[in-house]
Amino acid sequence: MSPSTPRNTVTVRGTVVIDVEACKGCDLCIDACPPRVLEMTTREANAKGYRYPRLLAGCTGCQACAQICPDFVFQVYKYDTPLELPLDDEGGQ
Amino acid sequence: MSDDRIFISTDEPPAESAALVDDFTPSLITQANHHLCPGCGEPIAIRAAVEAIEELELAERTIAVFGIGCYTAFAHNLDVEVVQALHGRAPSVATGVKRMLPEGFVMTIQGDGDMVNEGLQEVLHAAARGENITCLLLNNGVFGETGGQMTTTTTLGQRTKTSIEGRDPHQHGHPILLSDLAATMDGAAYVARCAVNNAGNVARTKRYITRAYESQMAGAGFSLVEILTMCPTGWFVDTLEGPDYLQDTLAPVHNIGELRTP
Amino acid sequence: MSDRALLEGSEAMARAAVAAGCRFFTGYPMTPFTELLEHMAALLPQVDGVCMNAESELEAVGMAWGAATTGHLAATGSTGQGLSLMQESLSEITNARLPLVVFNMARGQGDYFQATRGGGHGDYRHIVLAPMDVPEAVELTRLAFDLAGQWRTPVMVLGDYFLAHTYQAVSVPSIDGAAPKVPDWALNGSTGGSGAAKIISPLGSGTEGEEGFDLGAHFADCAAHIQALEAGVEPLVDVGFCDDAELVVAAYGSVGKFVRYACLQLRDSGHRVGYIRPITLWPFPSQAVQDAAAGSAKVAVYEQNMGQMIDDVRLATLGAVPVEFIGGPSWDHSGFGIGPDINVPDISERILEAMP
Repeated sequence: MSPSTPRNTVTVRGTVVIDVEACKGCDLCIDACPPRVLEMTTREANAKGYRYPRLLAGCTGCQACAQICPDFVFQVYKYDTPLELPLDDEGGQ
Repeated sequence: MSDDRIFISTDEPPAESAALVDDFTPSLITQANHHLCPGCGEPIAIRAAVEAIEELELAERTIAVFGIGCYTAFAHNLDVEVVQALHGRAPSVATGVKRMLPEGFVMTIQGDGDMVNEGLQEVLHAAARGENITCLLLNNGVFGETGGQMTTTTTLGQRTKTSIEGRDPHQHGHPILLSDLAATMDGAAYVARCAVNNAGNVARTKRYITRAYESQMAGAGFSLVEILTMCPTGWFVDTLEGPDYLQDTLAPVHNIGELRTP
Repeated sequence: MSDRALLEGSEAMARAAVAAGCRFFTGYPMTPFTELLEHMAALLPQVDGVCMNAESELEAVGMAWGAATTGHLAATGSTGQGLSLMQESLSEITNARLPLVVFNMARGQGDYFQATRGGGHGDYRHIVLAPMDVPEAVELTRLAFDLAGQWRTPVMVLGDYFLAHTYQAVSVPSIDGAAPKVPDWALNGSTGGSGAAKIISPLGSGTEGEEGFDLGAHFADCAAHIQALEAGVEPLVDVGFCDDAELVVAAYGSVGKFVRYACLQLRDSGHRVGYIRPITLWPFPSQAVQDAAAGSAKVAVYEQNMGQMIDDVRLATLGAVPVEFIGGPSWDHSGFGIGPDINVPDISERILEAMP
C-alpha cells in the first residue's frame, strides 16, 4: 500500500460530550443516530456497571441522540466550520 | 481484525469554536438522574413537554397536574409548579385550577393506566366540557410502575403479567383508543397521537405538543396529545428492542397522527 | 351590615359561604344537598366566583382540590352516599395541606363515623362541625372557612335534611365583601423557572434529591399537624342543666335541638335531667362531656342511627358512669331521616325510661 494513498477522512459537522456516569446503557442512541457514529462499549462500563456510547468520526450535531436519550447524557455541539477528520489510523483497508 | 477506527474524545467540550445546541438536562428538569428504567420512553416525552413550555415562554404560567405512574418521579423533579393528583383524577384537578386561574397554562401528565383505566370519565368529561387544558397521555400499554400488567390500551395478543398468553378479546376485552374517543368530543380542539421510539417521532411529538399548547393559549378548548412510550421492563424485552416492539405492537392499533385540529 | 331574611337553610348556608370568601363550589345533585348547589350556582357568579355542576362526585372533589391549590377558598359537598365517593380525595387533600370546606347534608345520622373517623385511607382526621339549626349553620359555615384557611385542612359541616329545607329568619352577612387575600403558599405558575418551583402534593413538597425524597419524614409531619389541630381547635359544645342532673342526655345536630327541648320540658316538670350537645364532633369535646357527666348517675345518648357518637361519649367518660343508647335508626319511610320518631313526646318518653 503506497504511502501516497490519501488517508480515509470524513467531514465532521459537530460533536458531543457524553456524561458516561449518567448512562444506563439502554442503546437507544445507537440506532437513533442518523450517521451511525455512536457505538456502545463492549468491555468498559461506568460506575453503575452500565456500558455507554462512544463517538466515531462523522457526527453532524443533529441532536437525535440527545432528544431520544432517557437519561439526558448528551451535550451536542455544532462546529462553526466543519472539520475533516481521519476515520482510522492507516490509509484504510 | 484489529479495530483501528479512531474514537473521538467526548469528555470535554470541543476546542474548535462551536455552538452548543443541546445541554444535557432540559433546564426545567431539576435533577438529572432519575430512577426510571433504562430505555424508558417517559423521560423522552417529558423532555419534549418541558422544552415546549420553555420555547413558548410558558414556564412562569404553567401548572402541571400529575397522575400516578412511573412518570410521577418527575412531579418532584420539575422547575414548573406542580399539583400531584390522585390516580385518574388529574383532568378534574386541572379543571379546578384552570377555572380559578384562567390566565394560567394548565396541563396534566398521565399514563394509560391513570387516564384510560382509572380516570376515563375524568378525561372524557373534560373533553366534552371543552375545558381549556392540555392533557398529555404517556401510553406504554402496561402498568409500568407495578411491573407490567395489562391496561385498557394493551393490544390484542400483547403479553403482560395479567395476559400471560397475550391479550385475548374474549377474556380481556379490546383495547380502548383514547385519542380516537377524545377526538369525537366537540369540546376537543386538538387531539393527536405520536411516539418517542425514534428521532423522527420524537421531533413529531414535540411539534404536536407545541400545537396543543398553542391551542390552549388561544382558548380553543380541550387539547390532548397521546405519546406512545417504550417500557422494555414492562414488556419483558431488551431495551434495544423497545422501539421496534412499540412500532409492531402499539402503533398498528394506536395510530399516529393528528386526529382533530382547530 | 347583615340582612335579616326568612331563608331556607341551604340558601342561608350558601350566602354564609360566599360571605366567608368562598369563590369556588362544585357538587353533584343529590337530595338533600341539591339546593345548596343550586343556591351557590346562583350566588357565585355575582362575586366573580365559579360554581360547577360536576359530572360525578369523584370529579367534584377533584375540581375543588385543584381550585384550592390556587389559594382561593373552595368547597364541595353531597349527602352521605356522595361523600363516600369523595373519601379517597379527602384523605389525600388533608396530607396535601389544602383548605377545603365539605358540606354533608346527610340523610339521618348514620354518617357520624364517616365524618369523624374519615372514610378514606391512612392516618388522617379533619374538623367536623354539626349545626342544630339555620342560625347556627350560618355561624358554623363561616367558622368552617376560617378554620380551613387557618389550619390548611378540610373542614366538614355536617347538616341534614331538616337543616337543608327548614326556613328560618336569620341574619346573614352580605356577600359583597371582597374575598380574602390569596396566601403565599398558593400556586399561580409564577415560581416556574425560578429553580425552586412550588409543588402541592399529598406526598409533601420535598424535591427529588440525590436519594429521592423522604416520605417517612412527610408522614411524620402530617401526623404532627393533625395532633396540633386536635390540640389547637377548641371544640364547641352546648351544655345545660348538668350541675345537678341525675341523667345527662347527649345528642347532636338537628336531632340535638329536639333532645334539648325535651330536656327543657322535663326540667320544667321537675325531672333532674341535663343535656350536652357536641357542636364540634372532631376534635370531640371530651372534657366537656366528662365534666357534664361528673355529677350524674348515668348518661343517655340519643342518635338517629345504631349508636356511633356513643363511642366517643364512652371514650370521654371511660367508665366513670354508665352510658346507655336510647336512639335508633330512623323510622322514616322516605329514608331521609326526618320521620315521625323525631318528635319531643317520643324522645321525652325514652329519656324518662332511661332515668336512673
